[in-house]
Amino acid sequence: MNQTDAFHRRIDEALHNAQLRQNFRSALTGIMARRAEQFPDETQLQALRDQARAVRANALVRQPELLERLEAKLTENGIQVHWAEGPDEANAIIHGILERAGAKTVVKGKSMVSEETGLNHYLEHHGIEVIESDLGEYIIQLAEEPPSHIVAPAIHKNRREVAELFQRFHPEIPYTEDIDQLTQSARVVLRDRFANADAGISGVNFAVAETGTLCLVENEGNGRLSTTAPRVHVAITGIEKVVERLSDVPPLLEILTKSATGQPITTYFNMISRPRQPGELDGPEAVHLVLLDNGRSRIRVDDELLDTLRCIRCGACINHCPVYVQLGGHAYGTVYPGPIGIALEPQRIGIHKVGTLTSACTLCGACGEVCPVRIPLPKLINRLRAEAVDGLRAGTAVRGHGSMRKPAEAGVWLLWRWLYTAPSRYRLFTRLATRLRWMTPPWLGAWTRYRCAPRPAQRTLHELAREEGFRNE
Amino acid sequence: MSDSRERILARLRANRPIEVPTPTVYAKPLGWDREHCIASFMQRMQAVRGEVHRIARDAWVDWLAGELPARGIHHLLAGNGDVGDRLASALPASIRLSRYDHPIEQWKPALFNDIDAAITHARAGLAESGSIVLWPDANEPRLMSLAPPIHIALLDSHKLHENFAAMIAAEHWANGMPTNALLISGPSKTADIEQTLAYGIHGPKQLITLLLD
Amino acid sequence: MTRPASVYYYATCLVDLLYPRAGLAGMQLLRAAGIDVVLPRDQTCCGQPAFNSGYRDEALAVARAQLDAFPGDAPIVVPSGSCAGMIKHHWPELFASQPDARRAQAVAERVYELTEFLVDVLDVRLEDLGEPLQVAIHSSCSARREMGVADRIERLVGQLEGVEVLVQQRAAECCGFGGTFAVKQGDVSGAMVKDKTDALRATGAARVISQDCGCLMNIGGAFEFQGDGPRTQHIAEFLWERTGGRVS
Ligand code: SF4
Repeated sequence: MNQTDAFHRRIDEALHNAQLRQNFRSALTGIMARRAEQFPDETQLQALRDQARAVRANALVRQPELLERLEAKLTENGIQVHWAEGPDEANAIIHGILERAGAKTVVKGKSMVSEETGLNHYLEHHGIEVIESDLGEYIIQLAEEPPSHIVAPAIHKNRREVAELFQRFHPEIPYTEDIDQLTQSARVVLRDRFANADAGISGVNFAVAETGTLCLVENEGNGRLSTTAPRVHVAITGIEKVVERLSDVPPLLEILTKSATGQPITTYFNMISRPRQPGELDGPEAVHLVLLDNGRSRIRVDDELLDTLRCIRCGACINHCPVYVQLGGHAYGTVYPGPIGIALEPQRIGIHKVGTLTSACTLCGACGEVCPVRIPLPKLINRLRAEAVDGLRAGTAVRGHGSMRKPAEAGVWLLWRWLYTAPSRYRLFTRLATRLRWMTPPWLGAWTRYRCAPRPAQRTLHELAREEGFRNE
Repeated sequence: MSDSRERILARLRANRPIEVPTPTVYAKPLGWDREHCIASFMQRMQAVRGEVHRIARDAWVDWLAGELPARGIHHLLAGNGDVGDRLASALPASIRLSRYDHPIEQWKPALFNDIDAAITHARAGLAESGSIVLWPDANEPRLMSLAPPIHIALLDSHKLHENFAAMIAAEHWANGMPTNALLISGPSKTADIEQTLAYGIHGPKQLITLLLD
Repeated sequence: MTRPASVYYYATCLVDLLYPRAGLAGMQLLRAAGIDVVLPRDQTCCGQPAFNSGYRDEALAVARAQLDAFPGDAPIVVPSGSCAGMIKHHWPELFASQPDARRAQAVAERVYELTEFLVDVLDVRLEDLGEPLQVAIHSSCSARREMGVADRIERLVGQLEGVEVLVQQRAAECCGFGGTFAVKQGDVSGAMVKDKTDALRATGAARVISQDCGCLMNIGGAFEFQGDGPRTQHIAEFLWERTGGRVS
């Protein structure tokens, strides 16, 4: 099946799942309200966005030198740095680390980058047990589903669905739909895992070049446990996560937590700069950082598309997207859904594979309005549409450029152009359309499944205006 | 180093995007005095279900001696420093005091399962966000503020900063980071089921800050 | 800007063919406020449909065909947030590095959305002659976010003594039109307009008004299809009907 048909099939499934849509609608309505509460002062919000954008833009411009500085500083601190071009290499590196450490069980904190590489499957295939420890990730691991949201991975499930999963996998725990009790059950179940895991794997929110520090943002404490209790800690992150200075972190942290979940700050902000030092009594003896490219360096080549890489993965664009709320995350079929997914995934994976995502956008601008680092998401999506159909004279930056151009569609636009570039032809057309309005088909494809068809008026505005004595020359 | 490293860096170096000015250092001076900082710290911490008790500098030992039994805490963990020393003679006999004085590998199950509460210092506090700041070390290791169900933190009320940005500037953090540094704002929580807040998921279920004047 | 003696009116292709009454009402309002309104004959379309579909060469060609239609420096008033946004914000992008980039830029700078012009430039006073009426306003996404003028329609309606504005839930959410989106993602668009019409119907308003005919075509067409719902109307037509031209 081609990518567009497959996409439409997933969309169809989502739209027919009333429960799913209800779950998304109610969850996102709440998140949007909580975010808005965090920004009572519009001027301060815009100033903070400017600051966050400046920090990320600076980090991207200076990315190669900052990555080298980060590597040097981390190495000096005793953290081992690895570079991976793509998923296979990253997985192999991590597997190698675990094997050398004799690690058989791993607890994992949330990491979207590890979803890019399919790390869990890879490790399990190689005989290593992986336990997702973030509650949302744990839920979807039980359900054997991918995350449907980059911040709230189990957002598509309601309490009854979670209760049923727990019942199935932990029949020893009495059935409950009470959220507090479900949370306590998860605590009990995962506690031994933390105490006994050989290694911990985590993502990274910001990597500070100046000090060689890995920053992790979380509420649950599972990220801290994964990075503190086991003997080995492996962090994996995209190469774009580097920032220059420690002083760049406070504005990013503030706008991240406020934008993502509407919290002034998360419970934990965890800054890791070293493995366990002599005399220290806990913490991992070895800390590794895997820097993954996976298409990012290619994105950076284009001065417009580069903006995509400013993303700090807050999910605000997703929460505010009127299309995402109807479909949920799985319909997109990519690791990153919603507006950031539409902008990022065709660049990362190629238009020939997922370019069809760009159709799932009304260009309403809600995403760009809330993005904490001012990524012009609608502009990027529009640009990718042009890349997809080779509609630009210049510019072939994206893999799969032009692969979605269809002669019939291109022909329609050529005809449109022929009609609309010559006012005389345009006038003839509107005259015919108004005079022959009875011929307008009552059926206009998808449009008339939900609405009545529009009909040309009896006379054009130009005609009416002349009758009313307006100058029309 | 690997070829991947060279290839990635080479691709990155191939494009030097349009320069942007180095961002100014973010500062958000609030102009709060000490009392304002204390009030904000307490309010923000309590808003996320962190307990805060403002008590006299030397009253914390007595406070704990009275409060721990009342809360059903039987097994308290202290670090290797002065806090444990002072508690050793002051706690009622019903409370067992353990010290974190050997490597985690030797007693992990006990730490995860047998301790009711742990007490540590907080190095500083943040008024605007209601956070305590920890630099765990050999005396007070990292898991103390994480594994036991209750974490009690002693915070000198003179060590409140307005916010994170003000603190790292005033204390020159960039000159040297510890193994691990933490901002902690309340007990562990999650909203992963129906976006509904539930407290006490993996980290401590209670965070008690004793704000010492 | 100071009050000009005359303005150009940019009809937009949608208004010209499907909603000429709305377009005419906008011109009449301007004339009633004492402005000489010229509707250049040689205008067609701003190029937005092609631009938003990725066909930038086609969009550029059509946009370029508009450049000669507006000589001089009179403001250009557009009864649509999205077409105004296209010219004002996307033409400079579309024409970038083209020989006529400066001309396009100059035209872009003269563009006003109709309600923006009525409020910001003319500061019009409206006299309401109509019966008491409850309305709901749906601001288009381009008026709201691209042009930043969503409050202008509210201020105009706010002047009408007999009109009460009822606010829909999720007022800032897109109605699901999105140009070719409504065709390419017909089912998603259908789901979105269903939510939008439900929210508007729930207000109990007798009429829904907007500054964009794209939204009106979508929302109004859905109400008609569902067989039940308030009447939809462009703000210009609504104001003309309420004031009968008593505009100063
Ligand atoms: S694109 Fe912007 S809003 Fe979306 S996840 Fe990234 S930072 Fe957040």
